[in-house]
Amino acid sequence: MTKITYTEQKDTRSGFGAGLLEIGRNNKNIVGLCADLTGSLKMSDFKKEFPDRFFQVGVSEANMMGLAAGLTIGGKIPFTGTFANFSTGRVYDQIRQSIAYSNKNVKICASHAGLTLGEDGATHQILEDIGMMKMLPNMTVICPCDYNQTKAATIAISGHTGPVYLRFGRPKMPVFTKEDEPFEIGKAQILIKGTDVSVFATGHLVWQAIEAEAILAEKGISAEIINIHTIKPIDAETILTSTTKTGCAVSAEEHQINGGMGESISRVLLQHRPVPMEYVGVNDSFGESGKPMELLAKYGLSADKIVEAVENVIQRK
Amino acid sequence: MPEPLTIPQLNRIASQVRRDIVRMVHSAQSGHPGGSLGCTDFMVAMYFRILKHNPNFKPDGTGEDVFFLSNGHISPVWYSVLARNKYFDLEELNTFRKINSRLQGHPATKEGLPGVRVASGSLGQGLSVAVGAALSKKLNGDNHMVYVLMGDGEQQEGQIWEATMFAAHNKVDNLIATVDYNGQQIDGPVDSINTLGNLRAKYEAFNWEVIESEGNDMNDVISSMTLAKSLAGRGKPVINLMKTEMGKGVDFMEGKHQWHGIPPNDEQLASALSQLDETLGDY
Repeated sequence: MTKITYTEQKDTRSGFGAGLLEIGRNNKNIVGLCADLTGSLKMSDFKKEFPDRFFQVGVSEANMMGLAAGLTIGGKIPFTGTFANFSTGRVYDQIRQSIAYSNKNVKICASHAGLTLGEDGATHQILEDIGMMKMLPNMTVICPCDYNQTKAATIAISGHTGPVYLRFGRPKMPVFTKEDEPFEIGKAQILIKGTDVSVFATGHLVWQAIEAEAILAEKGISAEIINIHTIKPIDAETILTSTTKTGCAVSAEEHQINGGMGESISRVLLQHRPVPMEYVGVNDSFGESGKPMELLAKYGLSADKIVEAVENVIQRK
Repeated sequence: MPEPLTIPQLNRIASQVRRDIVRMVHSAQSGHPGGSLGCTDFMVAMYFRILKHNPNFKPDGTGEDVFFLSNGHISPVWYSVLARNKYFDLEELNTFRKINSRLQGHPATKEGLPGVRVASGSLGQGLSVAVGAALSKKLNGDNHMVYVLMGDGEQQEGQIWEATMFAAHNKVDNLIATVDYNGQQIDGPVDSINTLGNLRAKYEAFNWEVIESEGNDMNDVISSMTLAKSLAGRGKPVINLMKTEMGKGVDFMEGKHQWHGIPPNDEQLASALSQLDETLGDY
């Protein structure tokens, strides 16, 4: 495999905006809804090009989820847009009853997820959304790793029938996946092959895992880096194939360890072939104000911490 | 096109639907008879006269009127009118609230029951869904109406007012909402729990077209819903504040919030059935 590099940094939310515009042009049933965050969600281009298919809901997220459920009746494919905090915890029961239980074809698109929302602080930095959403029957949960992949995922979910939670973020981050790479829901992506440890990362932490791999390589540790862009359904086959080879695992996510992607992986491992595992994530704490990279460092979501977790887990083999 | 059913014919159907309700709730020893009985005249009027609907059920509802029940706990009356319209076999009413049934305690789509397009029961959500469905119809150039029934206690949910504001701002005028205004909720009279105050003035202030009606007078139900329809298409959503009596038709249940969600025992069932003519044959 060639070394993974990047030439520019872009925000994943802009990938969503670009993807939404593209599918809007190809499918007249795509409709957008936004709760007073059109600019932040990068939905302005869609709104401008398709004013009749864009609904400004105002600051009323519960209503937005109900509207989206209703719009599916008659064949529309609604994409709701607001921050991840207001896309999940604030409206959990609306999603549960009107969307998940009713199995409506709604795409819940959530920006500013996790600590990297930054300066707004813990009220807005949701770290529990993956857990809440993956517990809902019928719900597919996707957390792409960069701009290109978020765009591809946005396009892919428009062709998937059923409720989807699409999680992305605010800051500019390295763009390292290929522009034309198709997105396969439910198929984990092996980014770097390795033999000593399997590192499973999702979202912004995938880049941190790639950086960790370079540090580990210098130390003579061969890490396999796998991008778990789809948290539900989890790709058990790819996970087990990797850990059968490496014999240990580390998870990395911008989310609580409790209920996160790592726990989905450990369930697969425990059920089929247990191996030692370490978790990189937020450890039962709320976030705080700060710059995105400062927060990732302070809460232990950095390449260094992934290296540390790998060194620990290898000792336990 | 067959002749529309007359008021006496609708009243005869309502008597049978009330029998269905008390028998279903008695059989399950669980369910909500009070609100179901109070809304029987309205639901019979809707499904036997007002709605342009197709019992050969299509979930996407294109080319027909669409009805949502937001106060999902009054599922018995909905299931009865659906079955009596041949959406599904009458016999299936026997399965209400029992294991392996499509007739869940609160309406659900998972089991594929014809007539139900979204789950309801957790209150306050149905108006938003109805507004969304009305927007979908507008986008599709489908001139049919969207109807939704809500409870009065349900008006205490904040989401109702989010949807109310949005519907007026967006001129969702192919929507007719109805409030089952029986003045009762689980813990007691609505006015003693958390009063709705002047509900008419509230909806008017939100720029809705408001009408009022007597929901246990079949004549008034038909004329008010006909009026509501004539007010549609003029840039405003329409709401019918429909006074009803909880438990209507069964003397010992009438006006009593205690009958919101408890089943009758054998003796009470016999008394209730003695008050309701079996006009179409029990299921």
